[in-house]
Amino acid sequence: MKFSDLSRKEKKNLIRILAALMLFTAVFAADKAVGLDTVFAGAYGWLLPFACYLAVYLLIGYDVLLRAVRNIFRGRVFDENFLMCTATLGAFALAVSRGAAGQPIVGFDEACAVLLFYQVGEFFQSYATGKSRRSISTLMDIRPDYANLKRGEGIEKVDPADVKIGEIIVVNPGEKIPLDGTIVRGAAVLDTKALTGESLPREALCGTSVISGSVNLSSQIEIKVEKLFYDSTVSKILELVENASGRKSKAENFITKFARWYTPAVVAAALLLAVIPGFLTGMWSVWVYRALSFLVVSCPCALVISVPLSFFAGIGAASRYGILVKGSNYLEQFNKSKIFVFDKTGTLTKGTFSVVKISPAERADEILRLAAAAEGGSSHPIAVSIAARYGKPIEEGFVPTVEPGEGVAAFRGGETVYCGNEKLMRRHGISFIPENGIGTVVYVAKNGEFIGSLLIADEIKPESKTVVGELNAMGCRTVMLTGDNEAIAAAVSQEIGVSGYKASLLPQNKVEEVEKLMKEKKSGETLCFIGDGINDAPVLMRSDIGIAMGGVGSDAAIEASDIVLMNDNLTALPLAKRIARKTMSIVFQNITFSIAVKLAILILSAFGLAGMGFAVFGDVGVAVIAILNAMRVNTKYKIS
Amino acid sequence: MKRVYKMEDLDCPNCAAEMERALAKLEGVEAVNVNFMGCRLTLEADEQRFDEIMKRVVKTCRKIEPDCRILL
Repeated sequence: MKFSDLSRKEKKNLIRILAALMLFTAVFAADKAVGLDTVFAGAYGWLLPFACYLAVYLLIGYDVLLRAVRNIFRGRVFDENFLMCTATLGAFALAVSRGAAGQPIVGFDEACAVLLFYQVGEFFQSYATGKSRRSISTLMDIRPDYANLKRGEGIEKVDPADVKIGEIIVVNPGEKIPLDGTIVRGAAVLDTKALTGESLPREALCGTSVISGSVNLSSQIEIKVEKLFYDSTVSKILELVENASGRKSKAENFITKFARWYTPAVVAAALLLAVIPGFLTGMWSVWVYRALSFLVVSCPCALVISVPLSFFAGIGAASRYGILVKGSNYLEQFNKSKIFVFDKTGTLTKGTFSVVKISPAERADEILRLAAAAEGGSSHPIAVSIAARYGKPIEEGFVPTVEPGEGVAAFRGGETVYCGNEKLMRRHGISFIPENGIGTVVYVAKNGEFIGSLLIADEIKPESKTVVGELNAMGCRTVMLTGDNEAIAAAVSQEIGVSGYKASLLPQNKVEEVEKLMKEKKSGETLCFIGDGINDAPVLMRSDIGIAMGGVGSDAAIEASDIVLMNDNLTALPLAKRIARKTMSIVFQNITFSIAVKLAILILSAFGLAGMGFAVFGDVGVAVIAILNAMRVNTKYKIS
Repeated sequence: MKRVYKMEDLDCPNCAAEMERALAKLEGVEAVNVNFMGCRLTLEADEQRFDEIMKRVVKTCRKIEPDCRILL
């Protein structure tokens, strides 16, 4: 614990606790050594220890007393301050009544000790809450503190909120980009880890748009601001994560309800415990004392603080991996997810065409060279994918003629290159080796001789198979929806290993399919839909949990979904599932642990087996333990 | 105009909710959010009178939870 980490109030309280502790020890030692009540003989001997202990009591508890009085005037009777005051003042009153009756003095020291103990607990609780808040918010430390605004010749450090659209800001190496915009001078390597969880730095050249929250790793750049601070990516993300605790989970609602009934119930029980056995046995002081212990444990603060904190830690941990969860309720529901519905294009596959197979492989370079040359500078997706794969400057001089529905024929001098489908080959009487893979096949022939073929398809993401396998292993059902035809859907789903698929769907059919699947799931289970946010907003909204991928920059997807994967990588899914599971198990532990300890203490103190000191542990001690437990959510998770 | 302020010693979730309710009723405040976990106050109010509104916001918060401070 570092003193400088404490807030002003915590520092003040710590000093006060230490002072009160010393004073208390002094009074207590003097009392035990000489017996303060025997210093002055006579009926009023109890007044001296009373006065000494009262001084300690007021030193340690004046704020509790003040708050209790203030809250009563504001109509909040059963708050913890009031309960603590009643319990300790009750103990004082008991001791005074014994003193007045001429019995030996006991109880003053205990009342002080209880309050002292309570304050120590409160201090730790505040410290632990603060610490966990800090450790979570450093994870989300993407909020820029300033912007270097270019004004005339000079550069001025200003609040990012004061920068207007169209102004130029300078970002030095090591600084965070404060606002969304476009690079207008310089180029840099950017670290977007805090935003997307992606650890590989990204290169950004002059003219590329950059998002706020990325860290400039290499060299100075100038950015033309395109969005106000509050509309910038970083503000959007922070708002989303910080407000996530506003959407309450069922567990939190349960706690709120429980707390509402628990305190009055325990107070009523305390009252009964004081009155009924008191009447029956006549041993008033014994039963009143036990009833006062009840009051000490009647505060539900351990639960009230630790459960939302666990969720917050879970949401914080997820955001560290580029998973934005929009509310505690979604984290809770995601833990129960059993059916995962994937959109194919852009989610399981990359959504762009690329050359997936070249045969024969040993002639790959020649095939690509000829195909790229024949297709020339065409902007057709197939031509683009071939040029991209070839990656070298395209040979010039070929004059292409489009053969509609078949491909192209290109001529240069005496050379003729055919590049197209089976029909083209057949028509020119070229014998070729058929390629049976799923996708679009391009055959290449030169001067009537078959050279080879290219298979072009929407490439499956490298992680799709493992992720789907992992989800299947977790006992989940995985379903793929696609607008592609049956043959492609069957091949892709087999390749990836999804447990089912639906092909030839129009966008509106996807909603129907999801609704059908929602009917099939058992109660208590939830359905997730994972899409890239393009065209599938209705499905995202309709499913229990809509998960949008590649959320950076896409406002529509962020709006419509409940969980956003900032990175375009599916491995975040099983990871999110693990985080959700851990969060829920810690929430469960905290709820059961706090309630069990409180019940145990209630029972023990009813039978006189536990004193007030023990009861204070049941109050603040449990709260501190529960808070520390909540922090366990925020550990390192394995990325598959 | 919208501004975000940090808060210190915001110790109970209940007080945060109470503050939010009280602040929303203040005249001139368009939107307000008191975030317990993030220790942040988000205030949207009339730009011309922002300073004057902010003064009342600080006063109201102090009345509800005297320990809690808004860092300006």
